[in-house]
Amino acid sequence: MIQIVRLVAQRIALGLFTLLIVTLLIFLAVELLPGDFVDAILRQGRTQESVEVLRRQIGLDQPAYVRYFSWLTNAAQGDLGYSFSNERPVSDLIGNRLYNTFFLAGYAAAMAVPVALTFGILAALYRNSVFDRVVNITALSAISSPEFLAAYILIFVFSIQLGWLPSLAHIAIDTSLWESLKLLFLPAVTLTLVTVAHMMRMTRAAIINLMTSPYIEMALLKGVGPKRLILRHALPNALSPIVNVVAMNLAYLVVGVVVVEVVFVYPGLGQLLVDSVSKRDMPVVQAGCLVFAVTYIGLNLVADILSIITNPRLLNPS
Amino acid sequence: MHGTVSEFGNRAQGNGTSRAAILEMSGLRLEACSVDVWTPIVHGINLTVHKGEVLGLIGESGAGKSTIGLAALGYARDGCRISGGSILFDGTDLNGCTDKKLRNLRGKRIAYVAQSAAAAFNPAHRIIDQCIEVPVHMAGRRRSQAIKDIKRIFGLLQLPDPESIGDRYPHQLSGGQLQRAMVAMAMAGHPDLIVFDEPTTALDVTTQIEVMASIRHAVEHAGTAAIYVSHDLAVVAQMAHRVMVLRHGAVVEEGEVGAILHDPRREYTKALVSARQTSHAHRPVDTDDEVIISVEDVRASYGKSPVLNGINFEIPRQRTVAVVGESGSGKSTVARVITGLLPPDRGVVRYGKGILPSFYGKRTKDELRQIQMVYQMPDTALNPKHSVRDVIGRPLEFYLGLDKVQREKRIRELLSLIELDPDEFIDRTATELSGGQKQRICIARALAAEPSVIICDEVTSALDQLVGEEIIRLLNDLQSRLGLSYLFISHDLATVRAVADYVLVMRSGDIVDFGSTDAIFNPPYHEYTELLLSSVPEMRQDWLYKLLQDRDNKKATDLRKRIAAT
Repeated sequence: MIQIVRLVAQRIALGLFTLLIVTLLIFLAVELLPGDFVDAILRQGRTQESVEVLRRQIGLDQPAYVRYFSWLTNAAQGDLGYSFSNERPVSDLIGNRLYNTFFLAGYAAAMAVPVALTFGILAALYRNSVFDRVVNITALSAISSPEFLAAYILIFVFSIQLGWLPSLAHIAIDTSLWESLKLLFLPAVTLTLVTVAHMMRMTRAAIINLMTSPYIEMALLKGVGPKRLILRHALPNALSPIVNVVAMNLAYLVVGVVVVEVVFVYPGLGQLLVDSVSKRDMPVVQAGCLVFAVTYIGLNLVADILSIITNPRLLNPS
Repeated sequence: MHGTVSEFGNRAQGNGTSRAAILEMSGLRLEACSVDVWTPIVHGINLTVHKGEVLGLIGESGAGKSTIGLAALGYARDGCRISGGSILFDGTDLNGCTDKKLRNLRGKRIAYVAQSAAAAFNPAHRIIDQCIEVPVHMAGRRRSQAIKDIKRIFGLLQLPDPESIGDRYPHQLSGGQLQRAMVAMAMAGHPDLIVFDEPTTALDVTTQIEVMASIRHAVEHAGTAAIYVSHDLAVVAQMAHRVMVLRHGAVVEEGEVGAILHDPRREYTKALVSARQTSHAHRPVDTDDEVIISVEDVRASYGKSPVLNGINFEIPRQRTVAVVGESGSGKSTVARVITGLLPPDRGVVRYGKGILPSFYGKRTKDELRQIQMVYQMPDTALNPKHSVRDVIGRPLEFYLGLDKVQREKRIRELLSLIELDPDEFIDRTATELSGGQKQRICIARALAAEPSVIICDEVTSALDQLVGEEIIRLLNDLQSRLGLSYLFISHDLATVRAVADYVLVMRSGDIVDFGSTDAIFNPPYHEYTELLLSSVPEMRQDWLYKLLQDRDNKKATDLRKRIAAT
């Protein structure tokens, strides 16, 4: 048990360290953007004086490292600062968007993960059969076409031709859950299409990889049937790689949805981020990136910890 | 082991040939696939196992014995297929039988015991859950009943703590315990036939005896028929009623154990029977020999666990010092310390008079050149993409700085030295060599550096008996021609006896016995050395029975002495 606690603590410490490095990278990347907020907002009729004043007002006259450390210490305390453009607290701006993004990601994950695991396991069970090939080809075609293409095809078929579903995912705070699910169905399906292949192929590969191991042969020679062979003998030993690839894809569902948000005009974090970059609204960009980084690192941390605690060798030391 | 002796006694004379057949293979043919071509590997075998009878299948690797063993369950590994003949098990032909029918027979009526229990148990589940899988999930018996039954079988196999040992995971058991647990798993379904596929090959000699004894006891007790596959005739002689000698997928000879041992008809069988009797003429031991390597008060550890507790010994010029011991005794660690792979916590290794830097990275090229290694697994010790020329040429270039022409000449000389035809072998890659040839190339690679000491780490244990003996003969020959010193690490006492001038016996990081080969292998013995020596299976049918009887008697005498003393 102590061993597990130590391993988990190690992973968490490592995660926090990675996060620290990421904050530095975010800050540097934002610094490297040509021009700043003042340049972006005062295009014409600007004077040297007005630029100076505005810069001082929002603290851009400070050297970069001072700004980095004040941002870091504030962010660590939960204060993400104020937006340059509309002077609202960044947390207010992000809050609602973040909820929307996570809602869509969760919706897509609820479809993608079960589908991927089921088809991955079935494909491993009936490997090299017609079923296996059809599943593989479908999944690979889905992942090979760009998301916007898949999105527009879905819109064309289901919104325009059939008229079953709305083409815009325009939700407000007072939209009911049922209505949200309906509005977000097409974006969620689009995201499912692009993530399912990866998870499914990994599940299939992880299980097939184990099928040549001596304990699977032993199970076969004990007369274990195909279903029990996969679910009881192979799957528990394949969990670690599967959990890892699922975590990667969940993270992608949160951080990689910009294109889908733009296509469906969905008020998520990705769109906010794109807008803020073009306005050079640094506090918002930094906060958005930070949220993405935390999600990514957090999910991978969870995957790591899960693979540690599902390992019987660590759980029951000799 | 008490109370089992009398049953062994009965069995040594008995045989079951008068009973009805449970398994009958006729004209069995198997094929293996390589690069889309199916080549026959078993050519029409006829084999019968009667009820309650144990049939031994013996042969070298590639003889097809495991493949035939698996075919008894109607199973062929990936890349293999049953291509002809019939496998009649109690009236059902397993060749061409449906999967569903096969599943119904496997586990319940025909069971399998694999070579490595450590790999064949599923790491994710408890031992007991795996053991009762057949009775509960396949045969539909009640769980509580199956648990009670398996605990009884654990007891029968002399597993420690039969009530709770099943609650552990595979990694929490020792090798010998796991192997017995696997036998218990096979017996859980009360099968009519068990196929044992080299069940003691991966074990130490002392553990092997315990497992052999419990298998024999359990099989006898349950009256199960068995096929016992092994490469070791001495082991099979203890376990089987009848033996079938296989070579290249065909039967060489078949008969009662006694007949095969005492009156082998074919040359090949004769070679197998006499295999262990080779010995090399020991040169007289001379204390004035020049010392090449001395190991002085070396302590070493992996992390916090100590492996060597202060050992001292010397390797004289042109002598072979053998290190014997069971797994975990620290014998391979000695090699790692000498080569500088594992710097010791204390103590030094000297080459001649000078102290060698403890870490190999700090040694000079010349210091590195003097000590070379040959490894246990020639398969993994050679890069499969490199040709023989690359493998041997590399040390010639690195240590001796030879140019291309000189290298080519030297590679050819070295190949002749290890008795491989240069023209035929120089361009081959490792994948185009047999196990024995690979090991020869590994030896040539070590020789290329022109070392004064070669460390041989279990160099024959991955090879077949007869091939291993050829390697030993070559090593002995090279020693007298080139004046090499060997550190010969092995768990195989018969091999050690054939090569060594001096023997070190190690146990848990200590040298418990040391002396010239003649002193070690002749009485009076050190207690532990005697245990090791007496545990090596001999080519006598009653060897195991007599040994266990002796040990039981000794225990009884000791007990009586103790009672008398009080």
